[in-house]
Amino acid sequence: MGLFYFYPLGSILGISFARGETNLTSGIIDALASPSVRGVLWFTIWQATLSTLLTLLIGLPGAYLFARYDFRGKAFLRTLTGIPFVMPTLVVATAFNALLGSSGWLNIGLMSAFNLAEPPIQFAYTLGAILLAHVFYNTTIVLRIVGDFWAHLNPRLEQAGRVLGANRWQTARQVTLPLLAPAIAAAALLVFIFDFTSFGVILILGGPRFATLEVEIFTVSQFNLPLAASLSALQLACTLGLTVAYTRLSARLARPLSLRPHSHALRKLNTWRRRVFSGGMILFLLVMFVSPLAALGARSFTRLEPERRQRTEVEGGFTLDFYKELANNERASMFYAPPSKAISISLGYAVITVFFALALGLPAAWALARQTNSLFNSLVDPILMLPLGTSAVTLGLGLIVALDHPPIDLRASPILLPLAHTLVAFPFVVRSLAPALRSIQPRLRQAAAVLGATPGQVLRYVDLPLVGRAVLVAATFAFTISLGEFGASALIARPEFPTIPVMIYRFLSQPGGLNFGQALALSSILMVVTAASMLAIDRLRIADIGEF
Amino acid sequence: MKKNRIFLLLTFSLVFAACASVPTTPAAQTLTVMTHDSFAVSDEVVDAFEAENDAIVQFILVGDAGTALTQAVLAAGNPLADVFYGVDNTFLSRALDAGIFEAYDSPLLANIPEQFKLDSQNRALPVDYGDVCLNYEVAYFDDRYISPPGSLEDLLLPEFEGMLVVQNPVTSSPGLAFLLATIGHFGEDGYLDYWQGLVDNDVLVVNDWETAYYTEFSRWGGTRPIVVSYGSSPPFEIIFAEQPMQEPPTEVVVADGSCFRQIEFVGILEGTQNRELAEKWVDFMLSPTFQEDIPLQMFVFPINPDARLDETFVEFMAVPDQPAFVSPEDIASKRETWIEDWREIVLR
Repeated sequence: MGLFYFYPLGSILGISFARGETNLTSGIIDALASPSVRGVLWFTIWQATLSTLLTLLIGLPGAYLFARYDFRGKAFLRTLTGIPFVMPTLVVATAFNALLGSSGWLNIGLMSAFNLAEPPIQFAYTLGAILLAHVFYNTTIVLRIVGDFWAHLNPRLEQAGRVLGANRWQTARQVTLPLLAPAIAAAALLVFIFDFTSFGVILILGGPRFATLEVEIFTVSQFNLPLAASLSALQLACTLGLTVAYTRLSARLARPLSLRPHSHALRKLNTWRRRVFSGGMILFLLVMFVSPLAALGARSFTRLEPERRQRTEVEGGFTLDFYKELANNERASMFYAPPSKAISISLGYAVITVFFALALGLPAAWALARQTNSLFNSLVDPILMLPLGTSAVTLGLGLIVALDHPPIDLRASPILLPLAHTLVAFPFVVRSLAPALRSIQPRLRQAAAVLGATPGQVLRYVDLPLVGRAVLVAATFAFTISLGEFGASALIARPEFPTIPVMIYRFLSQPGGLNFGQALALSSILMVVTAASMLAIDRLRIADIGEF
Repeated sequence: MKKNRIFLLLTFSLVFAACASVPTTPAAQTLTVMTHDSFAVSDEVVDAFEAENDAIVQFILVGDAGTALTQAVLAAGNPLADVFYGVDNTFLSRALDAGIFEAYDSPLLANIPEQFKLDSQNRALPVDYGDVCLNYEVAYFDDRYISPPGSLEDLLLPEFEGMLVVQNPVTSSPGLAFLLATIGHFGEDGYLDYWQGLVDNDVLVVNDWETAYYTEFSRWGGTRPIVVSYGSSPPFEIIFAEQPMQEPPTEVVVADGSCFRQIEFVGILEGTQNRELAEKWVDFMLSPTFQEDIPLQMFVFPINPDARLDETFVEFMAVPDQPAFVSPEDIASKRETWIEDWREIVLR
């Protein structure tokens, strides 16, 4: 991590400051003195807070649904809610616009139903669009982190509470919530940092009137590198502050728990109360997550181009042209990749990323969880989270600038991309693993050791079965982040080996109906590939807690 | 055992990384060309160069034009590549001031019209050009029996209220080009008044070309029939149409001073170890073989008059006689002020 994160980052910041007369501290102070930067900082924090609260509002009931109830199509629904997480922003923006834009079907429907002249829903370029997109993207983080932790909470603790006379709400407040707190805090922190460093959503759906710190970094890097570097440093400082605060918090909250196999806690939908809650929640999740994706998928099979010289009314019909055209290198271009190749490149990178991320993340999370020295934890834990708060552009440029001379000249190496993806995924991996590892009761390890197990055997037969589920969650994060990552990929992907998102952007940046259609077709393929891989990973269940 | 497997993987990946970093020395020389992510070229064209010079050409694509240049400037003196292609006239002064290029008087320059040679020392050599102009959807205006706009001034008329979508010059290269067109046309003293007029006439500003064209432009499902795009967009609407069509559905406003011409340059990076091969590549980029490949790959026009163009292009491409002009020096020194003033008027 030092080599592939701090060294590149230090290089790029160093070089940027060397171009101007400022240094780190005076740069940040100057930046903070400017009212426009303060405005940006305020907006960044404000929208991130709002988005996080909304995400929790939707995510927590969702997590409860997934944790405690058993119903048909559950795995599939879970997977569907995870798809947005990997979709490139431009594609999500297109999907939302197909649904809610001024010529989206909702507006067209309302206009014809009520005879309106103007589209009643003004969606794009509003704060609402930003918030909705953030919720759309990040709810899966809450569902996965909180949901999986909740699923393994021993229901007997709640039952004990009820038996001792507490009512439903008292149990929730005094038993369940404290137990869940570390997981909720972890999820909320990740969501907050994601919203805090939001880039594409703000740029495309927010329009030019909104700017987060990350957008501002990108903007000023065009003409003022030292200021861009100061802002990057400021963003890093904010992230560090957040993660330090979080570590303090979680150190107080974390306590060993007795986790139970998932199935112990599952209930059937057999009372009307459960049915109403679950039915409503499932319906809500479907509308929220599936309708934009479905609109996008449907659009990739629809010919929209009107007859020549006709007003753009939605006409035309079902077509497979866009998919057929994908396999046709119309321009005989050198950097063309047929979809099968782009898919295998993306999957290949994703698999390597999972291995890198687990190989680095497991030891890191393990060290964090084993280490009782709180000083060590409070120093290392926040630092491990830092890549989250680093702009992908900064990191991408840093990697190319820093790793450009022997012994490590990785600039043109195919390994650079999975490395970058690993860095982006690393905090997720550690964050998903650490709570599970922490909650293992030390007595189990001690018992194993007393019974003669070597440290390796303790790891294999005690720790791993207990955290199998968390490893799976971590792997899923690494995998999907790699599949959907665009910011760093655009900078360091070898042109001959484009990933699916890189190919989507290539099509979208050219005029012409075929190009647009192919971008949508490829986006739909990305959705399917993502869903299939996530279902496959969920099936793996290498070592569920069911083993003990 | 799981643990062993993980350690094995770790070791394996380190070995893999180490192998990847060992410089491979093939028999043929390798030429590295750094450029932006809109770069595209036919396989056979590059093959021709490689066969002729017994060389391997490797391309590094680094983000958009601005990011790629930032990268080259950061690595000035210790270049990541031998040749950099894709700095345009809005960034030219920044590249030249940073001293990233070595001068090269290519013999092929003799053939190229003077208007494209913006660097008298030939550190940056012109390769292609494209015009950023207003595009409009023909059918929208036909259906309503109103005539489309014919100039920048027309956009201030009440009948075009709420019809225009432009890009933010801060985040978008065509957006900046259009701002420069208004500066070139109305002058430094007049352009802000013009933009105030556009704001009063309900102009919509979005951050990127993709959103403007594929979300807001009426042809692609939006509500606004006039969009800032390229002079080459109409032929591409035909070439990449979903169904064959005879005439382009969009047209371009080419009145004098209403477009801004972006010229893209190539240069040999200061400090290259491959000067001789780099010169050959630059010559190659200016030669008809490469030049004729440009339009269909990158949607811009070749500067070499000997290059022959695709028929659809010749028929439907719009090339303004008199694009608005702003010198690269002025752009470099005043761009920030111009953009700041523009933001003050248009976004606040």
